[in-house]
Amino acid sequence: MSKIESGYNKKSLPNSVSKIGGTLLAIGLLLGIAGFLVDSYRASYAYLVSFIFFLSIAVGSLFLVALEYAANADWSTPFRRISEFFAASLPLLLILVVPLFFNTSNLFLWSHAGYVHGDKMLEAKSAYLNTPFFMVRVIAIILLWLFFYWMITKNSRKQDETKDQVLTKRNITLSVIFIPVFAITITLTAIDWIMSLESKWFSTIFGVYLFAGVVWCSLAALTFSAIKLKENGYLHSAIKEDHYYSLGTLMFAFTAFWGYIAFSQYMLVWYGNLPEETFWFMQRWDGGWKFVSILLIITHFIVPFFGLLSYEAKTNVKRLKFMSVWILCVHFLDMYWLIMPGMSRNNHAYSFSWIDFVFPLVFIGILILVFNKMAEKFNLVPVGDPKLQRGLNFHL
Amino acid sequence: MPDNKKLHSVAALFNSVDEIISAAKKTTAAGYKKFDVNTPYPVHGMDRAMGMGQSKIGFVTLFFGLFGAAFIFLFMWWSFAVSYNIVVGGKPFLAVPAFIPITFETTVLFAAIATVVGMLAVYFKLPNNSHPLHDTDYMKAVSGDKFGLVIEAEDKQFDKAKVIEFLKGLGAYKIEDIYYPEQEKFRMFEPKFLLFLAIVAVATSGLTYVTLNKLMYITPFDWMDFQSKLTAQKGSNMFANHEGMRPPVEGTVARGFIPYPYKGQPMPVEVLSNPTIPTKQILELGKGKFLTFCSPCHGNFGEGESRLRGQFPVGPTLHSDKIINYPDGMIYHIITNGQNAMPSYAPQITRHERWAIVDYIRVLQRAQNAKESDLKAVNKESVSNVQN
Ligand code: HEC
Repeated sequence: MSKIESGYNKKSLPNSVSKIGGTLLAIGLLLGIAGFLVDSYRASYAYLVSFIFFLSIAVGSLFLVALEYAANADWSTPFRRISEFFAASLPLLLILVVPLFFNTSNLFLWSHAGYVHGDKMLEAKSAYLNTPFFMVRVIAIILLWLFFYWMITKNSRKQDETKDQVLTKRNITLSVIFIPVFAITITLTAIDWIMSLESKWFSTIFGVYLFAGVVWCSLAALTFSAIKLKENGYLHSAIKEDHYYSLGTLMFAFTAFWGYIAFSQYMLVWYGNLPEETFWFMQRWDGGWKFVSILLIITHFIVPFFGLLSYEAKTNVKRLKFMSVWILCVHFLDMYWLIMPGMSRNNHAYSFSWIDFVFPLVFIGILILVFNKMAEKFNLVPVGDPKLQRGLNFHL
Repeated sequence: MPDNKKLHSVAALFNSVDEIISAAKKTTAAGYKKFDVNTPYPVHGMDRAMGMGQSKIGFVTLFFGLFGAAFIFLFMWWSFAVSYNIVVGGKPFLAVPAFIPITFETTVLFAAIATVVGMLAVYFKLPNNSHPLHDTDYMKAVSGDKFGLVIEAEDKQFDKAKVIEFLKGLGAYKIEDIYYPEQEKFRMFEPKFLLFLAIVAVATSGLTYVTLNKLMYITPFDWMDFQSKLTAQKGSNMFANHEGMRPPVEGTVARGFIPYPYKGQPMPVEVLSNPTIPTKQILELGKGKFLTFCSPCHGNFGEGESRLRGQFPVGPTLHSDKIINYPDGMIYHIITNGQNAMPSYAPQITRHERWAIVDYIRVLQRAQNAKESDLKAVNKESVSNVQN
């Protein structure tokens, strides 16, 4: 254990971190409020894009933590805390969701009684798609996530002091329960928040599509922070490129996975050629959206695929940092591509607006501030974890 | 110790992972290049301890992966979009989304096979797949619970006495000389191995067959093979007459086969005039149909030279003055109606095609009775063709 302690000294992140976070949040809030005042309809969609982006990182990071426990992986233990700190933003979802609740009528056609009335399909769906049940669902899902977040991270932190191995066992049990819960809740999240923007559209693979992006961007957030923190001496000194290589491999894997799922969804709709399914893709091929769609294929699949393919790329710190930032941006683009076309109900041409790009500032600011706060209070390395030494010794 | 044998290497056995890793590190440090480590399971960090660079096999994988993708995509493009167009599901011939799964699978297949075969080929120097380490006590030990390190005689600084000394210094508990086999064995071609391959092939295909065709179809998994639907040529209780197939509505006519009003009547030539203009396309159509339907009895050029060799009344020549002077409608009538021994061809040949045949017969007749002026015209054309 002496080896562990010699490699890690807890220290708070520099002040610049909280400054950056605070500035982003402040500017974002100002512009965001302005956005709602100027065009509350567009702003609700733009807010939703950033909300889902934020949610992706928060709950995706919790999933990564659970995955480590469930798979009994040790290579990722030295930087598991990073994901825990990102997941620490989960409680804020309860507040951040409120602006959306006030704007359900802007977002969802199914929330208009007049629109649903007389439409056989929507009337049949209304047992599920109705505003009260929607809100109950959303809150229940967030609370479920919070429960697992609190339980898992509480055990993890307690272990820093007690070094009690039973806590690891408990977390394994919790994680094994959380993973199927996550599968169901992330599917419902995808259906409720994104798929139902088009009240009549359906795709059974949609939850998996969101899942692929969620894990992808959480890995990117983890990779970027791990490298940055290690470079500046905030992590354990024994972390080396073998660890980065594994993170790079996972990002690469999820690049391919996303491509696989995205294509599967497209191909089935294309093959079936049923108007009730194809219109969703047609919307994204109309007007300027065509270029966004093509951009998404290139930036979401082709560039990261070849950018992360080689061994050299996965061990090159610069390349990994670049690709993780890239992935975070592209996941935002993906959410944008999923959500924004639903806004223009009659005219599907792409229109640009500054409102679309102010909310990410708010949410990124929050992620940074929460992370900073957590790093102040808790160790960035789970020093009491029995798997830590093995993780630090990890070799390819 | 046999002298006639060629030394391959000196092999040392160790008891633990830590020992083998430190041994590998020290061997690298001592400057040995041609040495190898054998362990019962993959030991993490071994590559680096042995000072190995990145394997180049990845390039083989990449090349064959891309090759597989390009090959299968071009193949599908050529067969579906160029060579033989079939409409599938109303999609375009070059249906890229439909090609992608196959391209993907083939990429993986080529890449995987090339990697395995490439690795085996390099490592075993195929087809000679006998390695001197095979069947040695050393190999038996390292596929059990020991860890081994071999320094090959081909190494530049190999000196047997020194190497043994060195390995002892590393803490090896047993050291063994490894010799090349007296004669090279091509184990791949041993009857036992080939028999084994054959058995595996038969067994796997048999198992696959049983699984895919029998096991997966155990009730209730009938994969929609049995549906309550109407089947062609099968009875059904859905209709009063218990027939599954519905007769076409009375008076239904197949496309291109509108009934002939002069069936069984003498020729109504006046009313029948040729609606086609003998363009090249029409003549090509007529030629094709003539060769298919008429030539067996009337000969390839309509000269009455039947290929049937007397098994059927020989069709007369179509170059008689009688036929030359027949109006188009009369020949059409004969095709449609038949004449004495010649049956009617109305069910096989559409109206349009019948007229095209008539046009083609006119061409044959003109060719058989060419005038000088025709020859000149033909010559002129071929001369200008040559000049061009
Ligand atoms: C099964 C052999 C057979 C085939 C095939 C056949 N014919 Fe004939 N065709 C005959 C025979 C035999 C006669 C002579 C009938 C008769 O005795 O009047 C004949 C007669 C004719 C005549 C009239 C000749 C005359 O001197 O009266 C024409 C024109 C003719 N055939 C055209 C065709 C064309 C065009 C086709 C192709 C669609 C065709 N035949 C296919 C056997 C055939």
